[in-house]
Amino acid sequence: MEQVTTHTGTAAPLRRSNVDTDQIVPAVYLKRVTKTGFEDTLFAEWRDDPDFVLNQDAYRGASILIAGTEFGTGSSREHAVWALKDFGFKAVIAPRYGDIFRGNSLKNGLLTVELPYEAVEWLWDAVEADPGLSVTVDLAGKEVRAGDRSWAFEFDDFARWRLMEGLDDVALTLRDEDRIAAFESEREAWRPKTLPIPA
Amino acid sequence: MSRTPHAVEGAHPRTLAEKVWDAHVVRTGGEQPDLLYIDLHLLHEVTSPQAFDGLRQAGRKVRRTDLTIATEDHNTPTDNLFTIADPTSLKQIETLRGNCEEFGVRIHSLGDAEQGVVHVVGPQLGLTQPGMTVVCGDSHTSTHGAFGSIAFGIGTSEVEHVLATQTLQQDRPKTMAVTVNGSLPAGVSAKDLILKIISITGTGGGKGHIVEYRGRAIEELSMEGRMTVCNMSIEWGAKAGMIAPDEKTAAYVKGRDHAPQGEDWDAAVEYWNGLRTDEGAEFDREIVIDAAELSPFVTWGTNPGQGVELSGAVPDPERFEDPAERTAAESALEYMDLEPGTPMREVGVDVVFLGSCTNGRIEDLRTAAEVIKGRKVADGIDMMVVPGSAKVREQAMAEGLDKVFVDAGADWRFAGCSMCLGMNPDQLTPGQRAASTSNRNFEGRQGKGGRTHLVSPAVAAATAVTGRLAGPADL
Repeated sequence: MEQVTTHTGTAAPLRRSNVDTDQIVPAVYLKRVTKTGFEDTLFAEWRDDPDFVLNQDAYRGASILIAGTEFGTGSSREHAVWALKDFGFKAVIAPRYGDIFRGNSLKNGLLTVELPYEAVEWLWDAVEADPGLSVTVDLAGKEVRAGDRSWAFEFDDFARWRLMEGLDDVALTLRDEDRIAAFESEREAWRPKTLPIPA
Repeated sequence: MSRTPHAVEGAHPRTLAEKVWDAHVVRTGGEQPDLLYIDLHLLHEVTSPQAFDGLRQAGRKVRRTDLTIATEDHNTPTDNLFTIADPTSLKQIETLRGNCEEFGVRIHSLGDAEQGVVHVVGPQLGLTQPGMTVVCGDSHTSTHGAFGSIAFGIGTSEVEHVLATQTLQQDRPKTMAVTVNGSLPAGVSAKDLILKIISITGTGGGKGHIVEYRGRAIEELSMEGRMTVCNMSIEWGAKAGMIAPDEKTAAYVKGRDHAPQGEDWDAAVEYWNGLRTDEGAEFDREIVIDAAELSPFVTWGTNPGQGVELSGAVPDPERFEDPAERTAAESALEYMDLEPGTPMREVGVDVVFLGSCTNGRIEDLRTAAEVIKGRKVADGIDMMVVPGSAKVREQAMAEGLDKVFVDAGADWRFAGCSMCLGMNPDQLTPGQRAASTSNRNFEGRQGKGGRTHLVSPAVAAATAVTGRLAGPADL
């Protein structure tokens, strides 16, 4: 996976809370069997609306999304993360996320950071006043910077290290394959198995 | 880390969640998250193709095909079993079939006696048992927590990880108790209870916690009811929801295809008997609810936390103190085309959907059939009844429930996710309003522009008869 350290870019203000993954990518677009090409499906139900933030020229090319709280709740679809990435987003800033979405984002190098509602509101106002405002999400320094302001954010140390090194989870886990095998040798014999199929 | 579920003398008392977690830890400590062993991995067509691709690209195999099972549900038609008209849907189904064949994974395809919604299939085969870890690339995996297991939804990257390693890297969640004291009044169901809980907590209230539902009202629920409650744990953001196993749990598992037999059964029951929160164990948070105060509950908005008693009215957004909640309520009412103050019972619907992993089990169909028996679906209302699995369908037909629904004027379908999510042919059209026994009332969830009110099976059936949101008592 690509290494993720610091990203600087312009930002789009999504002034909504509870943007669930059905809004990020409606189910009808989940039929594809690939991991790419989801850019047109992002926020598909809102993309016909000329007032929708991502349809405004001022925010064309924005690579940071600033959203309201409970962003990415609901369905486990990783397509939501793929669509944000395919559209060109490198980072999301919101007060809080749905757990599964957050986990998915970090496995795909989409930097999702949590800032308090007040900071998000400041950023919304600031990028609406100046869409060209440069915003930095600094994973190494665990800090968001914009204008003359900065906010520290919390980030799990292990997840941060993994992102900064661009490590593959499966390869990391397979370093412990002997422990997995040892665990399996001690599993209770009565635990159910799907195979063989009972006659 | 103790692998026994029983209280260990002199050791720190543990919650049910901690016991099941401890019993599955392959590696802990250091800076990494715990490495957790997965007992059962359920697959379906939507979230697995890219995971199998990942295995292929890395030259990896499925580590434990004997702990893995697939079915087809999200994308499938329910009006017939074999004609998938949409070529992209067909391709996704065919991709799953091809992947299962290539990697040696058991699959129950359309037309198979065991096909159905993945969270209905696991329990009915007896593959879901107490004290397990169960995952699936689907957020409603929390359903399986009803058996006293830790069960949660994962993304496609994690599906690949489980396929390759049979484990997941997971941070140890916090624990929460939801204690429901007293008994549910007659006519109040598990669905009403969980909708009420979500309206209290909001969609993010359970974040980072494994929730244990307990108390008399929970003990009194059937296994189907417990599955309904645990199913919607994700709707208030919980990592998982679980209920301590008891005699009902064992009775449900016993005799099913994959239930332990003979000495294995005795060993399993001995183990299951330890699966309860130790006396003195502490939860990080606790919510207490009085069951006696509950009544049928429905949603008015566009997330499952935006709900109110059926006897209540559409709320006024101005009355929400929190600015984010107020804005959310305003946009929800606009999308739902509802006016503040409108009594919920005056809200007319176009479609009634009975089904899904939340309420598509035999007990749900029986409840709705009892309400609608001898009555008619109101003019202009489409009622669709979709059993959760082929087995549920077969049993319902053996009991004559299909005839009850058809005689009332409802549409009796084949098993699948159907109108719970708009990715198969069963969808709302723009502006249509549904009373739905499913789990999500998100904008467009049941079809672009569709409006959803989440309800219990009894309310769904009564609503079909009156054409407006109603309970059996209104008939």
